[in-house]
Amino acid sequence: MTVPTTVESTAARLRRSTHVRLLWMCAALVLVVALMIASIMIGSRSVDLGDVLAALGGSATGFDQAAVAKRIPRTLLAVCVGAALGVSGAVMQGVTRNPLADPGILGVNTGASLAVVIGIASFGLTSASGYIWFAIGGAAITSVFVYAVGSLGRQGATPLKLALAGAATAAALSSFISAVVLPRGDIADLARDWQIGGVGGVTMDSVELILPFLAGGFLLSIYCAPGLNALALGDELAAGLGQHVGLTRALSAAGAVVLCGAATAVAGPIGFLGLVIPHACRLLIGVDHRWLLPFSAVTGAGLLTASDSLGRIVARPAELDVGILTALIGAPLFIVIVRRQKVRSL
Amino acid sequence: MSPTPTRSLIPSTTAEAVAGLRRARTRRWASVVTVLSVLVIAVFVASLMIGQTFYPIDEVARVVAGQQVPGASFTVGRLRLPRAVLAVLVGLCFGLGGVTFQTMLRNPLASPDIIGISSGASAAAVFGIVTLGLGSTGVSVLAIVAGLGVALLIYALAFKNGAAGIRLILVGIGISSMLTALINWELTRAAQWDLQEALRWLAGSLNGANWDAVIPVLIALVILSPLLIGQSKSLSITQLGDDTAEALGVGVSRTRLFVIVTAVGLIAFATAAAGPVAFVAFLSGPIAARLTGPGPSPLIPAGLVGALLVLTADLVGQFALGTRYPVGVVTGILGAPYLLYLIIRINRSGGSL
Amino acid sequence: MTTDHSLSAEDLHLSYGDADIISGLSLELPAGDITGIVGANACGKSTLLKSMSRLLTPRQGRVILDGRQVHSMPAKQLARTLGLLPQTPIAPEGITVADLVGRGRHPHQGAFSRWSAADDLAVAEALDVTGTADLADRSVDELSGGQRQRVWIAMALAQQTDILLLDEPTTFLDVNHQVEVLDLLTELNARSGVTIVMVLHDLNLAARYCDRLVMLAGGGIHAAGTPAEVLTEDNVEEVFGLANRIIDDPVSGQPLMLPIGRHRTLC
Repeated sequence: MTVPTTVESTAARLRRSTHVRLLWMCAALVLVVALMIASIMIGSRSVDLGDVLAALGGSATGFDQAAVAKRIPRTLLAVCVGAALGVSGAVMQGVTRNPLADPGILGVNTGASLAVVIGIASFGLTSASGYIWFAIGGAAITSVFVYAVGSLGRQGATPLKLALAGAATAAALSSFISAVVLPRGDIADLARDWQIGGVGGVTMDSVELILPFLAGGFLLSIYCAPGLNALALGDELAAGLGQHVGLTRALSAAGAVVLCGAATAVAGPIGFLGLVIPHACRLLIGVDHRWLLPFSAVTGAGLLTASDSLGRIVARPAELDVGILTALIGAPLFIVIVRRQKVRSL
Repeated sequence: MSPTPTRSLIPSTTAEAVAGLRRARTRRWASVVTVLSVLVIAVFVASLMIGQTFYPIDEVARVVAGQQVPGASFTVGRLRLPRAVLAVLVGLCFGLGGVTFQTMLRNPLASPDIIGISSGASAAAVFGIVTLGLGSTGVSVLAIVAGLGVALLIYALAFKNGAAGIRLILVGIGISSMLTALINWELTRAAQWDLQEALRWLAGSLNGANWDAVIPVLIALVILSPLLIGQSKSLSITQLGDDTAEALGVGVSRTRLFVIVTAVGLIAFATAAAGPVAFVAFLSGPIAARLTGPGPSPLIPAGLVGALLVLTADLVGQFALGTRYPVGVVTGILGAPYLLYLIIRINRSGGSL
Repeated sequence: MTTDHSLSAEDLHLSYGDADIISGLSLELPAGDITGIVGANACGKSTLLKSMSRLLTPRQGRVILDGRQVHSMPAKQLARTLGLLPQTPIAPEGITVADLVGRGRHPHQGAFSRWSAADDLAVAEALDVTGTADLADRSVDELSGGQRQRVWIAMALAQQTDILLLDEPTTFLDVNHQVEVLDLLTELNARSGVTIVMVLHDLNLAARYCDRLVMLAGGGIHAAGTPAEVLTEDNVEEVFGLANRIIDDPVSGQPLMLPIGRHRTLC
């Protein structure tokens, strides 16, 4: 039998780790606020803190304050999209029990792209409010397809099979995109602009548009977090722990798809954020999804805001699109993750 | 020296049965190669005859023989012939290169177009077109150099206690995503004219094929394909797993590096000439393996299937669909249902190629 | 017919990355014997076997075959004398038994040389000896675990080497197939004097079927010799940390190890 004192000291150790997590959470929140302020100040025209505060107070006099007024929605959108992609990546990695799951790697972005391009070409869509349902639908169909494809065969969904299924599907879908866009010179520009993505040039409308989707997706994901913890032990064991495996998987996947689809609809495909953020977060606060998901949201928001600001600085006066920047940051990290994995577990 | 039981113990029937099975495999392989060759020739001739103007076979034959035929000499000799020849060569290159990767990595999805081996060539070509404003020769040279460079980079990054095939695939996918981002960036900066050019090139197209584009691919094929086919035995041994292959006397790392360089060379030259014609490298190997049955080397049949695919898809893209599509769009769309089929089949048997 | 190849390791240091697995191991494998390598999990049994067959380059020390360093021999030449069956070999999808066994002929063929009658004969022999001739045109995917293992052994036999290294040839097999595979290897050894070295998990089967045992622990050899010399209560206790009794196996006369746990014992 276990000695009571050991139980108490173990409990104390568990409480301490909760304190550490809370500390990290607060630090991340502070960092995000700082990054948001920086994002509003930085640009082709740099603004000082006083003007930022004045503009936030509602006044829009002078160039500086006008610039700030344009940057506020952009910053808010970066926060929303970053948070959505971070959570979506963490959920996808949990659902698939796969360290390489990410909307970009799994081809889900390309599916959303194809749906939006079809929307532009066939239904004359021109704005995000029209794209959003197409993007979510495309993302949903593609993720179900890729997951089904990747989990076929003897060993189920290994990281390797999922990544390959995603890459192959993305390649096939790209051909369809070409087939839609090439004969239509009139929509080539619109489709290209959307595909490259980014959060520049948006208004508060876009933010308001995706907020309900993000809130819904986020709540669904948080609701499933305990279930994801059980799933992490394998389907059989999760079922043995009394978890309804199929339902948990379906609900959390739906949450991830809504988050990723909505984010993609307004900001275009942004890769690697959903891959990198959960990995970094797991290093800091561990593998408990109840902590991991909110923390991924906060750090995802921070990374995307930072990338967007950075994109405005490095190529001044032009802007480097945030999707390109995240890929350039994320791909090397992806390779590091791959190299660290043991070959057998791939 | 060999642990041979005395001869009399062996029922000669087993030896005969073994020999019989092997001969049957060889016969099937030979007939598949023959049928594929005939088909390639047939579609090749058809693509010389069909077009805006139809030329009967005897006029085509006279043009090919070098005679002057009014009208036909220009259309067939200068436009259709180089285009068809390039289609065959590019198809052979993609088919050979693709099946090599699939065999080596023991996975039909691991073809060079999917795991990013050819994305280096694409990124470089777009960079050449958009930023450097290069002409077609410059773009080709750049694409070939970058294609080889990126492939070697992927190999180097995947190398850790020996280059495991799985790591190679995943690193390739990562690099390819990064290069795709770079391509997108280039495209945002492209002027309207360059954009069309770059998009068409990225889709993979035989438009504007001429003898200048054909010659480098031909040279690459003549030099590299015998080298690759010479490795086909070692390649089929590596399918048994790295440890078994080493135990059978195949230097796995060396074979792999040699085969990668050769196959990437073929693919880079073909990509430089026609762009990354989607899915030809991916489709040819599994189709060929399906035709010949498991066992014999699928290299040569896969090359022929590749040639047949590109020729047919180009013909279809030009004349069968109303709008003129570049060949890569047609092969890409052909590839999608095949992907599904392949996956359902993998599901049944759980194996590789 | 016996063969007189000598295989030995001298002061072998093996490591994966930074982790040292084997340090300073020397070992001589007598020709014509069946040697079993035993030890606790992750003690370097498979690592040692890989290094003996050139798959893993030692950080220090050398493996000597007939007076020549294994790691500097041409791969194909080595593969004609020494064969290895890894723990998890991979069969390409749809490959037939005859074709798979035929792949074992690789070290005897040149790059462009044609398949010879001798190759057919070697494959047929291997199929006959392992009792898989009836399966020749079947697809390997369709076989049961026991049949599959026999086919892989047939492939290693078609290689016609005088020394055969096997990494846990009985894993994933049920008990009658384990015995069947070990019987098959014993017959091979008796009939044609093939030197057999294998990693085995089951101490009792190892003691029964091997002429010699090598027990690894702590990166080196803990004990080596006949089963009676190696499989002692003290050795098992030291290497596996397991209280035990050794009795005489009434079937084979070799030692038989009975584990003693914390519960369910008479004393």
